[in-house]
Amino acid sequence: MSEPLARTPLHALHVELGGRIVPFAGWEMPVQYAGIIEEHQAVRKAAGLFDVSHMGEARVRGRDAAAFLDRIMTNDMASIRPGMARYTVMCQPDGGCVDDLIVYRFSETEFLICLNASNAAKDIAWMRSLIGPFKVEVLDECAAWAQLALQGPVAERILGLATALPLGTIKRFGFAVGEVAGASGCVVSRTGYTGSAGFEIYLPAASAEKVARALLELGKPHGLVPAGLGARDSLRLEANYPLYGHEISERISPIQAGLGWTVKFAKGEFVGREALRRQAEGGPAASVVLFSLDDRRIARQGAQVYAGETPVGEVLSGTHSPTLNKPIGTALVAAGYTGSAELTVDIRGNRIPLRIAVEPFVK
Amino acid sequence: MSNVPADLHYTKDHEWIRLAADGTATIGITDHAQAALGDVTFVDLPKAGQAFGAGEVFGAVESVKAASDLYSPVTCEVLEANGSLNDTPDLVNREPYGGAWMIKVKVKNPGELAGLLDAAGYAAIL
Repeated sequence: MSEPLARTPLHALHVELGGRIVPFAGWEMPVQYAGIIEEHQAVRKAAGLFDVSHMGEARVRGRDAAAFLDRIMTNDMASIRPGMARYTVMCQPDGGCVDDLIVYRFSETEFLICLNASNAAKDIAWMRSLIGPFKVEVLDECAAWAQLALQGPVAERILGLATALPLGTIKRFGFAVGEVAGASGCVVSRTGYTGSAGFEIYLPAASAEKVARALLELGKPHGLVPAGLGARDSLRLEANYPLYGHEISERISPIQAGLGWTVKFAKGEFVGREALRRQAEGGPAASVVLFSLDDRRIARQGAQVYAGETPVGEVLSGTHSPTLNKPIGTALVAAGYTGSAELTVDIRGNRIPLRIAVEPFVK
Repeated sequence: MSNVPADLHYTKDHEWIRLAADGTATIGITDHAQAALGDVTFVDLPKAGQAFGAGEVFGAVESVKAASDLYSPVTCEVLEANGSLNDTPDLVNREPYGGAWMIKVKVKNPGELAGLLDAAGYAAIL
């Protein structure tokens, strides 16, 4: 913990914009500017610009790059077409998650992988340890890239003011490479972590501040605001997107997390396959559920979940949902109770009924 | 920076207390506290008649980011909790020293106020 905190290329801009800076995953990051709820609403109704430069990047290239990735990832990698990206999990042999990632395919033999900030160094070491006979190299490009997320219903209109790239032709999980706000070599992908429409932009670190300033200025008349990690968390939780260390972790597998759709048993051998298959066939001992509360108290990480007086689980994430105007969260709940209408959560001695949601709160 | 009115007493835990001439007092949280919490979504308050010792937890304030306990600055009995915070918890962000008072209490031992921070003392720890 004595490691000095890293700063993104946009640190000075965050301070100038009044961002409240907090430590997060080894980085100094803005948790909010004007306020979490206001930024959240801006993303749902107009647009928000997030600095996500703390995320890591690794380039995987070589003759066997696709086969190598298929061996270490749970999702199908060989079938990704160049110009497309895919969400996947990277598992341990016991099925626990090393990380969840997005894999961008540039060509037959070249991929760029987006890593969680807290896992970037671990992921790169893990990938390199599994190279074995594969003709492939894993390059650490974390320092080379900055990342912006431009999210919200008017994100496309704003980005269109800053780039000549044909945004309308980029499909969901598709990407294009080109110039944004005068900065060349940007990767523009129709992806996001908010549940609203939008783009993520990978850009050379040296261009980050120029591009961010240009987007904020172009977007201001359209309602664009800078948004921090606080809104990023409430947005992703409404959309039921997992956060590493909460819904998935070394102890919570993709099968338990409800990410079975990312695990492709039919593709052949991959790390974690046998353990995940046993979970998928026998049913995991516990699974992640999404919930809301008809209350004003927020059930925070670690709060205990009960069926009657029996402890059956614990809260993994909890926040206030500005869209529902009530508390929402996720919990790891023992098998047999995940569909129960009788669960409660303990918040400071109060037992609040847990309302399990079958669908995300935003689509 | 944070607003620290001169006529109040403060705790190190960022509560304020305003003593009235009749021996009652109102208690809330400071401007610094509301700014640190961010958007307040819920305030959990006690009922009239409940009694608290100095330093005891009398409630909690929830923001989007965190839940934070509320500590009674003095030994007191609750006369009234501020019901308007039920419907408009964000008053805590807008009027921390005014409309967002949290409890009105009867102070059992007014001498305890001397052990609290004055405005200068509180401003010095921010």
